[in-house]
Amino acid sequence: MTDAPPETLKATPLERLHRALGAKMVPFAGYLMPLHYQGGILAEHNHVRAGAAVFDVSHMGQAAIVGADAASQLETLVPGDIAGLKAGRMRYTFLTNDRGGIVDDLMATRRDDRIGLIVNASRKDIVFPHLARGLKGSARIELYPDRALLALQGPASAAALARLAPLADQLPFMAGADMLVADIACFVTRSGYTGEDGFEISCPAEFAEKLAERLFAMPGVKPAGLGARDSLRLEAGLCLYGQDLDETTTPIEANLAWTVGRRRRAEKNFPGAAVILGQLSEEPRRIRVGIRPEGKAPARAGAGLALPDGTPVGAITSGGFGPTVNGPVAMGYVARNSASPGTLLDAIVRDRPLPARVVPLPFVPHRYHSTR
Amino acid sequence: MTVRYTKEHEWIRIEGAVALVGITDYAQKQLGDIVFVELPAVGTKFAKGAQAAVVESVKAASEVYAPAAGEIVAINGALADNPATVNSAPEGEGWFYKIKLANPADLNDAMDKAAYDAYVGGLH
Repeated sequence: MTDAPPETLKATPLERLHRALGAKMVPFAGYLMPLHYQGGILAEHNHVRAGAAVFDVSHMGQAAIVGADAASQLETLVPGDIAGLKAGRMRYTFLTNDRGGIVDDLMATRRDDRIGLIVNASRKDIVFPHLARGLKGSARIELYPDRALLALQGPASAAALARLAPLADQLPFMAGADMLVADIACFVTRSGYTGEDGFEISCPAEFAEKLAERLFAMPGVKPAGLGARDSLRLEAGLCLYGQDLDETTTPIEANLAWTVGRRRRAEKNFPGAAVILGQLSEEPRRIRVGIRPEGKAPARAGAGLALPDGTPVGAITSGGFGPTVNGPVAMGYVARNSASPGTLLDAIVRDRPLPARVVPLPFVPHRYHSTR
Repeated sequence: MTVRYTKEHEWIRIEGAVALVGITDYAQKQLGDIVFVELPAVGTKFAKGAQAAVVESVKAASEVYAPAAGEIVAINGALADNPATVNSAPEGEGWFYKIKLANPADLNDAMDKAAYDAYVGGLH
């Protein structure tokens, strides 16, 4: 988490509501955000796995690429297939640099007249100028700082949201549509960062509190904070920019080769294509894997990873206690020849080796909405 | 029997030459859900202020320092299976370790309950 003096922290449109709900507020990416509410992180985590909870993710950057060649222009900056996105469909992709490193990971949604983007809060100041510089022709970026974003996540999300927006449950996973939610004009996507079924709901900031209150009025819907968001995404094997991804990490090293579209591989026309496509054919030197410490002690970001004989092979980039796993879980980067599931490693925690195994991700199976 | 408190939010129940040590209710509230406690081995000797234990909450790892010099004579093994006891009974069943004091005067600067409560009250 990034710390900043309190006076420079920004607030989301829901700050008053967070305080009314008894949130513990902490600095995160330049914002004052709820870490957890009165029940604590464990209870919030478990509630998302069993029921439904609302996260305020209004700190994230909302924007769009507009103009006739929006999709093709965005493709000059990302390795994902954007032109091939059908109306209302969304895709996880990356802004890459010339070395194939990740400038940011983002969601891109094909809307009627634009490509909607959700970028990391911590990267807005880098990403928006990067996009503005990179877009040519008639394509340009539009920013939506006056919009809030609420994530409703968990297996009970669809039933809860259907009471406020009957059309929401018709959305397939990774699709979005404009719709009224409690009579508020929103853009709703079926997506999230927890591994569970759920929605992200964008609305004008002025209606954010009303929307949140209407969601909390649904049976079984509770608030959840950044603490649970982190433990949920870690169990789901999802990356956090700044920890698991950065400008020196490629999508292939991050074990996210599936995000590089087949047509894009053939066209080779995105930043860092030579490095990324080279790693696709030759295999990268290091790769992101799941790490399961064998005891009960968590191994956190920064812990080194070594072979039992002490040879360093990598480091943990995210780690902690997985409430659903009921034990420590982590992910990190290891040398390719130490990346096979079952490989026995030591995580170096407080200068002591802690036995751990390489395991497949995710730790908790995804339960996204399936239309079949 | 005397109970003393440190600015690092430990409580110390002094029973003659030995002391029972744990973290305060304020500390467990700040840490949140505790998922792992790393305790020292019986027989380990610590200088005052040395790192003696680690408490892991869902959020983060926090170090716990020896409030006085001495030798560990017992640890609360029950915390291995039930670390959440530190949340539910921080100043009782959630004790960490028992230390044989090398120098009881080490605890002269520790606070009594009234002073500790005032100290905590002054923290935002």
